[in-house]
Amino acid sequence: MPIVFGLLILATGGDDRNADGQRTLALLGAALGLAVAIPLWTGFDATTADMQFTEMAAWIPALEVNYHLGVDGISMPFILLNSFTTLIVILAGWQVIQNKVGQYMAAFLIQSGIINGVFAALDGVLFYVFFEAMLIPLYLIVGMWGGPNRVYAAIKFFLYTLLGSLLMLVAMIYLFFASGGSFEILTWHKIGLTMTAQTLLFVAFFFAFAVKVPMWPVHTWLPDAHVEAPTGGSVVLAAITLKVGAYGFLRFVLPIVPDASHELAGFMIFLSLVAVVYIGLVALVQADMKKLIAYSSIAHMGFVTLGFFIFNQWGMEGGLIQMISHGFISGAMFLCVGVMYDRVHSRQIADYGGVANTMPRFAAFFMLFAMANSGLPATSGFVGEFMVILGTIQVSFWYAALAATTLIFGAAYTLWMYKRVVFGKIANEHVAELTDINAREFLVLSLLAVLVLGMGVYPLPVTEVMHTSVENLLAHVAHSKLIP
Amino acid sequence: MSFQMPDILPALPEIFVLSMACVLLLVEAYLKPKTATYLITLGTLLGSAAITVFTGMLDPVYTFNGMFVDDVMGDMLKLMADLAAIVAMIYSRQYLADREMLRGEYFALVLFAVLGMMVMISASHFLTLYLGVELLSLSLYAMVALQRDSARATEAAMKYFILGALASGLLLYGMSMLYGLSGSLELSKVARAVHEGTQSNMVMVFGLVFVVAGLGFKLGAAPFHMWVPDIYHGAPTAVTLFIGTAPKLAAFAFAMRLLVDGLQPAHGDWQQMLAVMAVMSMAIGNLAAIMQSNIKRMLAYSTIAHMGFLLLGILSGSLAGFSASMFYAITYVLMSLGTFGMVIYLSSAGYEAENLDDYKGLNARHPWLAAIMGMLMLSMAGLPPFVGFYAKFTVLQSLVGAGWLGLAVVAVLFSLIGAYYYLRIVKLMYFDTPHADAHPIAMAGDARILLSVNGLAVLGLGLMPQALMALCTASVQFSYW
Repeated sequence: MPIVFGLLILATGGDDRNADGQRTLALLGAALGLAVAIPLWTGFDATTADMQFTEMAAWIPALEVNYHLGVDGISMPFILLNSFTTLIVILAGWQVIQNKVGQYMAAFLIQSGIINGVFAALDGVLFYVFFEAMLIPLYLIVGMWGGPNRVYAAIKFFLYTLLGSLLMLVAMIYLFFASGGSFEILTWHKIGLTMTAQTLLFVAFFFAFAVKVPMWPVHTWLPDAHVEAPTGGSVVLAAITLKVGAYGFLRFVLPIVPDASHELAGFMIFLSLVAVVYIGLVALVQADMKKLIAYSSIAHMGFVTLGFFIFNQWGMEGGLIQMISHGFISGAMFLCVGVMYDRVHSRQIADYGGVANTMPRFAAFFMLFAMANSGLPATSGFVGEFMVILGTIQVSFWYAALAATTLIFGAAYTLWMYKRVVFGKIANEHVAELTDINAREFLVLSLLAVLVLGMGVYPLPVTEVMHTSVENLLAHVAHSKLIP
Repeated sequence: MSFQMPDILPALPEIFVLSMACVLLLVEAYLKPKTATYLITLGTLLGSAAITVFTGMLDPVYTFNGMFVDDVMGDMLKLMADLAAIVAMIYSRQYLADREMLRGEYFALVLFAVLGMMVMISASHFLTLYLGVELLSLSLYAMVALQRDSARATEAAMKYFILGALASGLLLYGMSMLYGLSGSLELSKVARAVHEGTQSNMVMVFGLVFVVAGLGFKLGAAPFHMWVPDIYHGAPTAVTLFIGTAPKLAAFAFAMRLLVDGLQPAHGDWQQMLAVMAVMSMAIGNLAAIMQSNIKRMLAYSTIAHMGFLLLGILSGSLAGFSASMFYAITYVLMSLGTFGMVIYLSSAGYEAENLDDYKGLNARHPWLAAIMGMLMLSMAGLPPFVGFYAKFTVLQSLVGAGWLGLAVVAVLFSLIGAYYYLRIVKLMYFDTPHADAHPIAMAGDARILLSVNGLAVLGLGLMPQALMALCTASVQFSYW
């Protein structure tokens, strides 16, 4: 992983006026990043829940902080997802970004390296450093290449997420003392804590991760940030940074404070269901395509947290699958909107109509992703949602019934938007002038399409990797570590 | 009565600086040199740093009948103060030359101020402490007023002088009470008397209140912070750069000597005062900074907030806490050197880049400078991977370790508020477009290189903070444990 990092920084070194060179260099960096990440998968041992590919070096002995990296079945898929998305984003920004190209590409590469660090960190402070550092490039991306209201969106996004993570910092310091002087996350998994301590820690971590996920009612930064961000920024936000929050719940909240998690599961399930149902309805009335997808992201992430807090194998694996699939689908949806925006410079649904007439190939791709977003079987969107509903029904029929409404709302808002944008008569001269996607866009979208369909038809390779780790985590969570 | 020659070796750096300051005055008076005084100053500071390093001992050495102490913490702080003063000189040379302030008086004052700091750092006696404080303050008053025909600078100097005199009065009054209590001005004897607690507790607490108030003044911690924004704003930027950096190290030493050397047994009493001061400083500093449109004023309020954070480390009263505060002081000085250096850098002859608007679109004009300033701002906000994060982190850690969990949460929330105005600078530089009539950036090469090194140090120390942190811990440990 540090190798990836080194490469990334190296790629940013080419900070000159030569835009084409920078693009190629960035592409090379992203491709190498992915290439380095692939052995993580091929060499992964799915039969053990232990950390693999660990690296450990003393970093700040004065603070007992180590540079400790490693992956298990939960984090590994996200590193791949991240490396892959970076590649997509670099390709997507190829022509669109015309000013400050080098800085744009560099920001994405650095961002990608940092996020890999988040998923691989096994030391609390190291995790925190990556977790926070991740905000800086994203802040710049939204603020520098975003839409008209970008400054407001960027600062709101930054302060919102900073609030959450600062409380987490205090929680981590508390855990350092509670565990007798260690910042190792795996050590924290083992220590016993009183109920009060667990509840307080839960609250602190909750703020950090719920803002990131984002869960209702702390989601309001997301639509703003998404709408204002450039396409690449939206893709990274939706596909990866949201996952960091959900990942945090699995890595920190559930194993460190299992009793508080059980105690407060009802609350979490409530919030998740609100996200699924209420945000689904909110998405229905959006006039801006990006906003609509942003709200649909929140609803889908509600599914993820729902899956985690019902504490069974179906739910948790379903949540994980949903995260990965959502990474592909939401990324693809934002790219589709980006493709249209590049041509017409509008995101309003009302400005479109009859796109299928002028862009048939694009319409086909968009159709596939829209279907996947609404959870059609044989796409990856279906697998995760179905597994979560299966898991939920074992806990309560009514939860499951409420959760299942997403299939209706999801279909409603996505397909209705699709219909208004793509079908019908050609709405205005802008649409009439549209040209179909070029080879580069075709490549990007078809890569995503293959993955969405592939995971929908045959999700086994992914679930297989997670299986042991999830089982281990569930066993750990079921075991109370309450001390009086 | 026999007179014994005291051991002067521990005080060698101070003696060296004093003699060189006198030499400098003579050279100035008789030779009227152009840049020789500048070079002499740099040489003196370097020499003093070197002497500090080579005469350093591991165990504390007391001399001049217990009035003066040479310990590792002191050496470390003196070294840092010397280095900070050197960097400040290099940054400000061009600025001073443009404004016809590059004269012998200025450098003589700088040397005397540095001497004052060194005396403060090494004091183990109320009188020495007071001597150092006054030497430093008087030099600074004069430096602020050096630009004679600037009404703003003169007003600032006047305010500084009056408030400073008041603070000294408070400090002296408190010291006299503690003297009445313990019968000695020597810090260790005061500590023993307080520890034995044979005298009235009431007098002790009264003395303590006055001493802490005086300390708050010198640190610029709320509610004794009124002078900070006016002085930072009114003084020529080069002087602000100097006031805002090295003296903070001395102020930290001042707090340590007074509270830990002298009044450690009463720490239950001063802890609460410091807690109140720290919270008020963070609140006032961070909230008021948001309102500012002048960067020097904004940085002044941010200093107040940072001093609040620094106090938190001291009040946790442990080895970890003291070394965290020391680390905080050193990194703060590093960051504010860079920031004020940048303000100076962007100013040119007859023009001060002190409005926030002057930073608009810096990225388009000069990406590298914008990147450095961006790193400095994010570091001040306490974001990883910059060194400012570890400063805050270690302080918070020592606070939680000492059981002040609630205070840690408060500190964290205020640093969230603080993040806003640092981010605003980043926003101005990166998201906005520059003014059409922006002044060109021109500055001497040595300062430019140094500024880059300064900015990269903030990042480098952020990635590898171990060495400095271990140094701080070791020096506190050798001095107090």
